[in-house]
Amino acid sequence: MANIRLIRHRIRSIQSTAKITRAMEMVATSKMRQAQQRGLAGRPYAEKITQVLADLAALPDAGRVLHPLLQRRPAAKVCIVHITPDRGLCGGLNASLNRKTASFILEQSVPVTIITVGRKGVDFMRRHGRDVRAEFAQLGDHPALLDTLPISRIIIDDYTSGVVDLVYLVYARFISTMTQRPALWQILPVEPAAIPGVQNVDYIYEPGAEVVLSGLLPRFVEMQVYHAILESIASEQSARMVAMRSATDNASELIDDLTLVYNKARQESITREILDISGGAEALV
Amino acid sequence: MSPIRLDIVTAERLVFSDDVDVIVAPGIEGELGILPYHAPLMTILRAGELRVRRGEEEFSLAISGGFLEVRSDRVIALVDAAERAEEIDITRAEAAKRRAEEVLSQHPPGMDTARVEAALRRSLVRLKVAEKRRKRRRKI
Repeated sequence: MANIRLIRHRIRSIQSTAKITRAMEMVATSKMRQAQQRGLAGRPYAEKITQVLADLAALPDAGRVLHPLLQRRPAAKVCIVHITPDRGLCGGLNASLNRKTASFILEQSVPVTIITVGRKGVDFMRRHGRDVRAEFAQLGDHPALLDTLPISRIIIDDYTSGVVDLVYLVYARFISTMTQRPALWQILPVEPAAIPGVQNVDYIYEPGAEVVLSGLLPRFVEMQVYHAILESIASEQSARMVAMRSATDNASELIDDLTLVYNKARQESITREILDISGGAEALV
Repeated sequence: MSPIRLDIVTAERLVFSDDVDVIVAPGIEGELGILPYHAPLMTILRAGELRVRRGEEEFSLAISGGFLEVRSDRVIALVDAAERAEEIDITRAEAAKRRAEEVLSQHPPGMDTARVEAALRRSLVRLKVAEKRRKRRRKI
């Protein structure tokens, strides 16, 4: 009899878990859609600034006075910006991001400074006894560009003052709703050569090409950081959506199985009782 | 006259995108009027008022610094922030102005004068653009 009650308890507890995972899935779906829209809304700016930068870099005299953010130096110290979600329950996303950064750090022969964005990344670094230069968390589901400026400020300052010679970004690249992959991207020094699609229009630059370039470069870095964070959020939400959907599916499968076991046990006990009664009745006759 | 396509974009969104006839932008070296078939130009914008004329209609946007790219039939403004007159929160802009003025008058040690002045300029621009719109509405 105790067995039947136990099964009933389990069914009930799984049902309430399934309720939660289903709700989380729906929340994640809507947040993912919002995050994707935000990413799309910023795309014209990103494309434009990239193109202008490429045009500027293609200028014949662009190499003459090199802007500090374009200067390539031998790497004596590397900085990595580790962008992760604040929360878990999003499948293997956090683990694969942490693994990517960890293996990158271990590969380096020079000291690495770490800047983390998102709580899961800090926790991971702390657990492994790494020093974190700066940590950012609780940016929310829809950060404004303003919220991400402190991050870009730190890396630009560190780079121009020569504290670090290379800055990388690790973030969750959004490939599709089903796949998100950790990506490693060099953000500083800016490599205009890597920017495709130079158009070469003969612009008049006012007040001068160098001034325009030096105004453009920090914004380019800020934009890239901002976009990496937006993309990470979209990835996080879609990873959570998928994880929660499979959790819900698993729960309903478990409930089906348990219901079957439960009914069998119940029937058995009823049969046994009837047998008992009819056995008793027979004995009386 | 063939119109110019004007796009005003910030890192967060596309603020404005339409065909217009005349654009007057706050360039770093002074106001800058743009008509169709302007020579290709790339300039820095300061915080100010970007005025646009489309047919009989004229309106303005408050922008904070950025860049302006001009091509013969297309103008793209890459700005840090842009608001159309109707989006401006006047009470907030006024509060920001007062705050900036206060800081400037007290002059605390370690103050970043350039930054406070930039903030003051931004709030003034916002107020001006919003004020203009109010006046126009009253006329109608």
